Amino acid sequence: MLKKNIYDVVIIGSGPGGLAAAVAAKKEGAEDVLVIERDTELGGILLQCIHNGFGLEIFKEDLPGPSYAQRYIDECLELGVETMLDTIVLEVTPDRKLYTSSTKYGFVEIQARAIVLAMGCRERTRAMIQIPGMRPAGVFTAGTAQRFTNIEGKLPGERVVILGSGDIGMIMARRLTFEGAKVERVLEILPYLSGLTRNYVQCLEDLDIPLQFEHTVKFIHGEDRVEAVEIAAVDKNWNYIPGTEEIIPCDTLLLSIGLIPENELSRQAGVKLDPLTGGPYVDESRETNVPGIFAAGNVVHVYDLADWVTLAGYDAGKSAARYAQSVRVKESSHIPVKAGNNVHHVVPHSINKTNLSDEQIELQLRVRQPVEDTVLIEVHDGENRIARKGALYARPGEMLTVVLKERHFADVEKADSLTVDVNPL
Amino acid sequence: MVETRKIICTSCPMGCELTVTFDEEKVIEVKGNACPLGTDYAKQEIFDPKRMVASTVRVRNGYHPLVPVYTEKPVPKPIIMDVLAEIRKVEVEAPVSINDVIVENVLDTGINIIASRNLPKA
Repeated sequence: MLKKNIYDVVIIGSGPGGLAAAVAAKKEGAEDVLVIERDTELGGILLQCIHNGFGLEIFKEDLPGPSYAQRYIDECLELGVETMLDTIVLEVTPDRKLYTSSTKYGFVEIQARAIVLAMGCRERTRAMIQIPGMRPAGVFTAGTAQRFTNIEGKLPGERVVILGSGDIGMIMARRLTFEGAKVERVLEILPYLSGLTRNYVQCLEDLDIPLQFEHTVKFIHGEDRVEAVEIAAVDKNWNYIPGTEEIIPCDTLLLSIGLIPENELSRQAGVKLDPLTGGPYVDESRETNVPGIFAAGNVVHVYDLADWVTLAGYDAGKSAARYAQSVRVKESSHIPVKAGNNVHHVVPHSINKTNLSDEQIELQLRVRQPVEDTVLIEVHDGENRIARKGALYARPGEMLTVVLKERHFADVEKADSLTVDVNPL
Repeated sequence: MVETRKIICTSCPMGCELTVTFDEEKVIEVKGNACPLGTDYAKQEIFDPKRMVASTVRVRNGYHPLVPVYTEKPVPKPIIMDVLAEIRKVEVEAPVSINDVIVENVLDTGINIIASRNLPKA
């Protein structure tokens, strides 16, 4: 049995966002903090990300995913965070009740004073982009193949084509090559990389794995198992260019075609979602439109780095703990933060003026179009510029940030809305 | 002979494109780096490229059949496949603790292969 059925802060998910939220909630003074995890162990997807590159921002160390997770798992346990593993949350209500089910605890109803949504995201599938062809075995999302390879000890295939240049796809290209498979090709429908440049260098270039831009899979061949894929070049409207078709024999097709925030539970709870990100609208404290329900990490918008998810988790956990202890001012005065020139979306979506304190606010954004030249990220209120920052380039695959500091808050106080533009210098 | 090569710095997620001018012995100039790490990266990458290597080893009687492992430090790029072959030879018995040395001093590099998580018994 659980020790109790009322908690200050309940966190759904134990990936980097959830673990950080739990740590921060405890440190902010929440007494009873519970993490609910669907898997049988804590850590989320970090456990299957055995490659290095985690912790560079936070620890200035180059750690594999499981080692990075372990630091937060240890910290959670030291701080006395309670956990419910192998447990599925069936429903979250707007008044912060959670209905859960598991073999160990049975059906349990829990009342939370504050909730942090940290469910992460899911991979887009073949059905979502409707790849034509037959329906053989051997078509996997890159993350599923990663779990098979790194945790379950089963190699998904020996001759592989990867559709999409997302980070997990590139990481898996290297991983499968390391395990003796032959990765024939990586195809990207866009004219630029979806993932991080460093992953292109370390995972594809180092191992001479060819990457083709503006190419996609036209047809999947195979009776029981994938036998080949037919690929083709596309024009700017993504129509196949006749005469460019090529058959690549292979037994496996991996898909690394994007991630979607996982918000089934959020919807039930009445949390409003941004159609551009697929995640909740949040303010600078990571609070959703439902009072006392906060969200952080890939459930809000998909990040490039786990370190940034951790930082978002800290914010959400801290805010949730304050809410649970009623430290937060309850009345609010929100102004929207809008996506301006060449900006796809900005998180947070709004700023609650009554929360402005000495803590800086980081605005996170993605551009619509790549700019391979110096750009200026500018925050303004329609008339006056409030903050700005330069960047050497702007790419949709790499998140940009601009920070509002205490000295900007007088201008934020006066504004009715904020807009973020990314302009060429 | 003076050569110029374009490389992408992987010191951090920014991924600056460096233009490196060098001869047989030394790097003469690095352009395009946003911070000093780029200069060090260029020197290393031109004369002695190294990479962190991560893989898995088999586990007997473990909670999972594999435990993830990695090189404590980056290893020379030309021997990555040999390092992986060494890792593939190993099988360990559960339980495994994080940072346990799985292969000591792999291929006389002075670098240990260590476990990146705790793996309890099944």
